[in-house]
Amino acid sequence: MKDQYILAIETSCDETAVAIVKNERELVSNVVASQIESHKRFGGVVPEIASRHHIEQITITLEEALTEAELTMDDIEAIAVTEGPGLVGALLVGVNAAKALAFAKQKPLVGVHHIAGHIYANRLEKEFEFPLLSLVVSGGHTELILMDEHGSFEVIGETRDDAAGEAYDKVARTLTLPYPGGPHIDKLAQEGEVTIDFPRAWLEDGSYDFSFSGLKSAVINKLHNAKQKNEDIPPQDVAASFQASVVDVLSTKTVQAAKEHGVKQVIVAGGVAANKGLRQALQAKFTDMDCELLIPPLHLCTDNAAMIAAAGAVAYQQGHRAGYDLNANPGLDLEMYGRRGF
Amino acid sequence: MNVLAIDTSNDVLGLAVVKDGVVSGELMTNVKKNHSVRLMPAIDQLMHDTQTKPEELDRVAVAHGPGSYTGVRIGLTTAKTMAWSLGIPVVGISSLEAAASQGKLFSGVICPFFDARRGLVYTGLYDNKMNVLKEEANVLMTNWLGSLKDMDEPVLFLSQDLKLHEEVITEYLGDQAVFPDAAYHYPRPSYLALAAIEIKPAPLHELVPNYLRLPEAEAKWLAQQEKQ
Ligand SMILES: [Zn+2]
Repeated sequence: MKDQYILAIETSCDETAVAIVKNERELVSNVVASQIESHKRFGGVVPEIASRHHIEQITITLEEALTEAELTMDDIEAIAVTEGPGLVGALLVGVNAAKALAFAKQKPLVGVHHIAGHIYANRLEKEFEFPLLSLVVSGGHTELILMDEHGSFEVIGETRDDAAGEAYDKVARTLTLPYPGGPHIDKLAQEGEVTIDFPRAWLEDGSYDFSFSGLKSAVINKLHNAKQKNEDIPPQDVAASFQASVVDVLSTKTVQAAKEHGVKQVIVAGGVAANKGLRQALQAKFTDMDCELLIPPLHLCTDNAAMIAAAGAVAYQQGHRAGYDLNANPGLDLEMYGRRGF
Repeated sequence: MNVLAIDTSNDVLGLAVVKDGVVSGELMTNVKKNHSVRLMPAIDQLMHDTQTKPEELDRVAVAHGPGSYTGVRIGLTTAKTMAWSLGIPVVGISSLEAAASQGKLFSGVICPFFDARRGLVYTGLYDNKMNVLKEEANVLMTNWLGSLKDMDEPVLFLSQDLKLHEEVITEYLGDQAVFPDAAYHYPRPSYLALAAIEIKPAPLHELVPNYLRLPEAEAKWLAQQEKQ
């Protein structure tokens, strides 16, 4: 059988990314043009600036991805693109570029949900075994998602306020760590001791939902009070104690959900999956469970287009096609997308 | 030479296919609807109606701004990516020049403008050969009109947003200001295609929107740096 190449574009936030995946699971090129340096001075992503960078980078990134794969557009079977969720102006660049490619080269077009992408990043490493549970943690998401088959997504738990990554960024800012704060806290935490008992929001019995705003406030209050009393708390210990609380809740709820639903695999996805503390805690908890824990390598955790190609390849296989009227959809719902898209 | 022209830089969505100097098809709408949803189906329709296959195109022309940031990016992303994938050049042309081209038969000077809110406009000044008399700028309309008054020449105003500024223009310029019929206020997309034939294309990756304005966050940041 002829090899099948899917080219994917991802521009939902501050990375302009293009990747090519062969036969659903083999990554042949993965180009990410990061804008992080440009947004650093503002302490976060500025949507208008992100959109401006995307249009400067899009054709350069496309060309690099093809060059890296030693392919031309004529070798590509279909185009996949992140249609949402994300920043609307940023998404629009990717969506319109994808439509232009699809029209100019008369190729099929597939819209992909960003979170479905994060989950499918793992399929580039290891074939899925259903049912599987995915813990998606990033700057914008904290969700437990159950999958019984390809394209079926059931959100069994989600955050009621801040995403885990958001709490990391806010605590990092209070500790005057540079943006993005997550990796800095993780690093600092490795050097500190858990000396403060920060709250853990377990919510009602049996709930897989999360809440991090109380924890975030507790950390900020603690630092504020210490400052007023001229007390010195080592920032390493604050980071370690904060991280212990986040990781405890995330890993405990993930284990509970995995047991209740008898899943064969647990996948950790999203930018926070790069967090060492979280990786270590989950690995420890899953050693004596008969369920496989999968955490993708770093370059597949953070936003990239390989994950969009991986999810898009399956959606394409299942016959899903987008029209030329495909739009950016900043609030795209995962469950609805699964019912419609796959 | 076969050229596809795209303009989504303001409320007007304009497309043209020009083949060997002949305007084969034009499509224009002026509805406040999402360019992202409508652009590609419209291109598909016009290319189909003019019996033009994508691979038969030799060049893509695009209005590169100023205008709506998002609109400009939708047009430019589409034009650049199409041209890149087809291996053909893309030419960016000012959205103001495209608007001004509707006044080519006027004997005075031509002032196209787009509203930029809070009394500001994106504007420039052209003669009827499309030579630039005053560089494109993002300025207060009242300041701009003051400088036009000093020129003491009839000025033809061309704008999709004329209604918003007609009163102040008349107040400043009186009879010096000329307002044509509604039909003239909308740029013909075929102008972009025809103009693009005469222009030497720049390297494709370097084509970026002409916003004429910094993002707000960056302007604030720069102002803060200056204070320090
Ligand atoms: Zn993401």
